[in-house]
Amino acid sequence: MSQNTNKIMAWIDDRLPVTQTYEKHMSKYYAPKNFNFWYFFGVLSMLMLVNQILTGIWLTMQFTPSAEAAFASVEYIMRDVEWGWLIRYMHSTGATFFFIAVYLHMMRAILYGSYQKPRELIWIFGMLIYLALMAEAFMGYVLPWGQMSYWGAQVIISLFSVMPYGDLLTEWIRGDFLISGATLNRFFALHVVAVPLVIVALVVMHLLALHEVGSNNPDGVDIKKHKDENGKPLDGIPFHPYYTVHDLVGIVVFLMVFCTVLFFFPEGNGFMLEYANFEPANGLKTPEHIAPVWYFGAFYAILRAVPDKLLGVIAMGAAIAVLFVLPWLDRSPVRSWRYKGIVSRIYIVIFGFNFALLTWLGTQPATELLTLIAQIASVIYFGYFAFLPLAPKFEKTKPVPERVTGGH
Amino acid sequence: MKLGMKKIFALVAAFVPAVALAAGGNVHLDEHRTDLHDTASLQRGAQTFANYCMGCHSMEHARYNRVAKDLEIPEELMMENLVFADKKFGDRMTIAMDQVDSKRWFGATPPDLTLVARVRRPDWLYTYLRSFYEDDSRPWGVNNVVFKDVGMPHVLAELQGNQVLGTALVEEGFDTLTGQPIMVEKEHVLYIEEEGTLSADEYDKLVYDLVNFMVYMAEPIAVERERLGWWVLLFLAILFVPVYFLNKEFWRDIK
Repeated sequence: MSQNTNKIMAWIDDRLPVTQTYEKHMSKYYAPKNFNFWYFFGVLSMLMLVNQILTGIWLTMQFTPSAEAAFASVEYIMRDVEWGWLIRYMHSTGATFFFIAVYLHMMRAILYGSYQKPRELIWIFGMLIYLALMAEAFMGYVLPWGQMSYWGAQVIISLFSVMPYGDLLTEWIRGDFLISGATLNRFFALHVVAVPLVIVALVVMHLLALHEVGSNNPDGVDIKKHKDENGKPLDGIPFHPYYTVHDLVGIVVFLMVFCTVLFFFPEGNGFMLEYANFEPANGLKTPEHIAPVWYFGAFYAILRAVPDKLLGVIAMGAAIAVLFVLPWLDRSPVRSWRYKGIVSRIYIVIFGFNFALLTWLGTQPATELLTLIAQIASVIYFGYFAFLPLAPKFEKTKPVPERVTGGH
Repeated sequence: MKLGMKKIFALVAAFVPAVALAAGGNVHLDEHRTDLHDTASLQRGAQTFANYCMGCHSMEHARYNRVAKDLEIPEELMMENLVFADKKFGDRMTIAMDQVDSKRWFGATPPDLTLVARVRRPDWLYTYLRSFYEDDSRPWGVNNVVFKDVGMPHVLAELQGNQVLGTALVEEGFDTLTGQPIMVEKEHVLYIEEEGTLSADEYDKLVYDLVNFMVYMAEPIAVERERLGWWVLLFLAILFVPVYFLNKEFWRDIK
């Protein structure tokens, strides 16, 4: 039996490098042995991507992408389609947990300098995924055609009007003079076909680039410097089975949190499914308070923090764009924050919490006090990127160990 | 208004939760302790909805047979009491009122209410339906504290009675020595000037049931969703055990 299997595998391998690929990316991909909690969020992002694609496929089977029928078809899914409510909540809750995983995954890279040489391209591909994900989530939120779908789209698309030829541009995006069925239809096409294809392709590139140079680790040390006589890194262990069984633990715990929200708080207290979105879109009735879904909060807060619309849009764009050049802004000789100076260490923590604060501010009405806080938080956000290239000039780093520390 | 009259209604006012108008127009909302497991309450709410609301408001995303099944109402009873003339058991809960007509009559088409409890939230509905008051300047002679200048008439007025917004004596705590309630004269409170067919308590109960039903309608799967959620979490908790030990076993050799 096993001999036959070997023969079949050999036959296939002569024609398609299955075994070679499996070894390169799984059983002979050596990952540092000291991964911690933060290293779960890559695989968890993947899990959520798969969740979104699978539940998305089933949702398209019943969803009707037209201004007249979209809202009712979502309620049809929630009430009349067998298990439709579960599929829909998996998708809506999945969007939130996708962003939670991605944000923590990005924070991990910032903490341990995973974007530094030679991993700049991994970071760039990751940023492109993040950008595509924001577009994907934005267009997905328009599809149920509720009040927030409509007015959220109205606000976001109008941002493009500050650009040169802005009116033409927004008209081109909407496919109409107003947000309409034409907009809904094209967003549906982009949301279910175009952007997912782009995201999947980018994820492949992200992983290929990662496996080319190898994973970073919480110490930021290069495990390829110390190899045994067979050329295996001394501090590395095969991804499979060690990290597959390890990730499984993280996945089960993550799913427990995911399912708690899904089954007991599917509206996420109005942050995931906004209350106003249970009312069908009405172009004649502007809601009192238009708030983005929570995962856009930080950038929306930066947008509103600037009193001028054009400058606000520029600030928001810059807040995203500056992340792309992060690998070249960080001039520190060490990767991990563990070995950076004390100011860097404090700022990195502040940066993380500051982003969470901005996220919350973006979901709240812009009162005078909250706007002031948003302005301060925006300065702290941009300040981090100004601080990074300057830090090595006045800050001493700690010596980085030769081999990884801690772990198992 | 004379003080003598106020005293007469002071007792009534004491039972009616005072809805105070804050300066900014933000109204305090009374809490609705939704209980979707109280089937009897949901049934009563369904009955009230069919009798008083469905003349103007549809629940077009819902179907009669689903409501009957979830609320344990026998088909025959449902068809007789809650389903309008030309409708079938499996039909959606739409209404016959013409939207153009209703817009002319009320100034706005009465909205579909399938999802209203998810849009407005239970506390708002519970307070709104108990906060109509007499206002001769409005077309239907009533206004509402939580929804100013609402186009809807007070359809439950015969049950609640005539509610007025004005100055009244309101009970505010007890005198610790005598045990007597302390009565304070307050402006901007709602009180019943003329009782309806229900007492204040009975009316609150009726609205409670009605809102309970509307919460159910907004998400009919809610009870089943939570029930299933416990099983899913139990499954994951059990799955965690072998997964945890599998990981431990593999990593034993890694130092």
